[in-house]
Amino acid sequence: MVQNNYLLHVEHLKKYFYREKLFSSDKEPIRAVNDITFSIRRGETLGLVGESGCGKTTAGKSILRLIEPTSGRIFFNGINILDLNREGLRKLRPRMQFIFQDPYESLNPRMKVGEIVGEGLEVHRLARGKEKDDRVAEILGKVGLHPRDAMRYPHEFSGGQRQRIGIARAISLHPELIVADEPVSALDVSIQAQILNLLMDLRDQLGLTYLFISHDLRIVKHISDRIAVMYLGKMAEMANGEDLFRRPLHPYTQILLQAIPKLDPSGRGQKAPIREELSPDSGDRGCLFQPRCPHAKERCRTEGPLLLDHGEDHFVACHFVS
Amino acid sequence: MIKKPLLEIRSLTTHFLTEDGVVRAVEDVSFDIFPGEIVSLVGESGCGKSVTGLSILKLIPSPPGQIVNGEVFFEGRNLLALEEREMERVRGNEISMIFQEPMTSLNPVFTIGNQIMEAIELHQKIDKKEARQRAIEMLDRVRIPSPEVRIDSYPHQLSGGMRQRAMIAMALSCQPRLLIADEPTTALDVTIQAQVLRLLKEIQREMGMAVILITHDLGVVAEIADRVAVMYAGRIVESGPIESIFGQMRHPYTRGLLESIPQLEEKKKRLNAIPGQVPNPTDLPAGCKFHPRCSLRIDECQKGEPPLFQVQGNHYSRCLRWKECC
Repeated sequence: MVQNNYLLHVEHLKKYFYREKLFSSDKEPIRAVNDITFSIRRGETLGLVGESGCGKTTAGKSILRLIEPTSGRIFFNGINILDLNREGLRKLRPRMQFIFQDPYESLNPRMKVGEIVGEGLEVHRLARGKEKDDRVAEILGKVGLHPRDAMRYPHEFSGGQRQRIGIARAISLHPELIVADEPVSALDVSIQAQILNLLMDLRDQLGLTYLFISHDLRIVKHISDRIAVMYLGKMAEMANGEDLFRRPLHPYTQILLQAIPKLDPSGRGQKAPIREELSPDSGDRGCLFQPRCPHAKERCRTEGPLLLDHGEDHFVACHFVS
Repeated sequence: MIKKPLLEIRSLTTHFLTEDGVVRAVEDVSFDIFPGEIVSLVGESGCGKSVTGLSILKLIPSPPGQIVNGEVFFEGRNLLALEEREMERVRGNEISMIFQEPMTSLNPVFTIGNQIMEAIELHQKIDKKEARQRAIEMLDRVRIPSPEVRIDSYPHQLSGGMRQRAMIAMALSCQPRLLIADEPTTALDVTIQAQVLRLLKEIQREMGMAVILITHDLGVVAEIADRVAVMYAGRIVESGPIESIFGQMRHPYTRGLLESIPQLEEKKKRLNAIPGQVPNPTDLPAGCKFHPRCSLRIDECQKGEPPLFQVQGNHYSRCLRWKECC
């Protein structure tokens, strides 16, 4: 399935964490990412949604090998990046970049903005001296900052402006793929809109491909072409964004969409009851959503569902898709 | 029959004296809360919504903070004139408060039962056994499963949603007339947020309690509030009944806030973002505080602070061009 129109193809990606417990032989790992498979086409935005602890951030970091996956294959332009050695990975780095959630913690406070944005250019020997400064000024202009801002330190900027710096750093090396992990969650609503507009403009101008990770379904719907819903390390559903909102097939997606607060007080309605949250079940048998699922049947307790295509590229992992 | 307000806030003004100058966090804020209604204070960070909540209970750290003007009448008594000892009898008893992150407001070394019982014993003359029984009842009321077991749990043994329920149980254990809820669901996942909001609304109805809901999320407002006051740079810029506000916004900031949120129904296009950023609180612009970011601004907007104009009934807007707005 590795075709040329796919920029990224992820197969059976797993990332397990092992608890280090003193005096205990607890060998059961936490399956943060538990066998996920998906692809992103060139120029496409895939939204990855789920609630806290579902593994979406771990998946994003594993894909860029910011953390080492436990197993799986990750094809970037047809090359399995898990086969690459340090040097090979270093060469590929400029083409895949990461935008972090917290614009306060992801910028080195001791470096000037110009140094932060220009660091990659220097490390990868793409530009130096006057040429580098010109490039930095140009990049700052692209993200809506002033060339003069290169001489200032991160603490002199507001949250939204800092996220612009983070974006400038990410696009400085002409990447093809950007993994954006909750890039607007820490920002105020009016600033969120500015940054979302910027990310969408840059996508059009630079032909970027995004993996956009967020817990906010409104934002994910707004920016994504396709949406993947994760639950406890697994893919629950994956479909075209409009299609997913029009006909959510997985019970978890249905509950998630119902829980979005409506912006219209006249539409206050009765909602389906939601079962209480339960602690992550680390067992490998059965459907992980089954303890909370309103439609759970016997089969769900014994057999884990596979992610299957239900037509029009609409993938669902549920035994009882209605 | 005219109902009497439970809480009347008149010209509340709270400043912070910092090294960079005077931060005018809350400036001349007035509003009423009637018994049994949910009023939402909505705005972005730094707009003064939380400081308003804390000022009502006189929980402003001083120095650097200071309530420099105003009155807060609770059932006719001016809370701002009360001695600290009298105020302690109001807090947690007649007026309660819950915060965004339950983990930082619950004490990690005591069980949730201990903490709820402490609140009950502090304000009501009942013995330990009764207090424990009341605590179990409260946990049951906020739908915590097996409350007689959970009462002996420590906060870290509960999930985020359960902790916020425990906080609500504690805040409501003395059956307050007014609950101030500061971003109660912001730290929670969306499905858990929906549960906690519904729970708050149910309990509020059952107990006939009034709620001040402080939030940045217009979705949460639309979900449960009866009335809303939108704050910007320390001022209320628009206020009114929820249907009236969402039906026809009459302030460009309120409109901008709503248009910043992606709509689920529409096909994607650029969001109508508000340009610029919130002004520095030590250096606010003259006239209308929103005018530098406003698409409707005219020269007059810079001259003086606009008053609150009556749109209709109790819907007010602090915009000179409210008629043309939106």
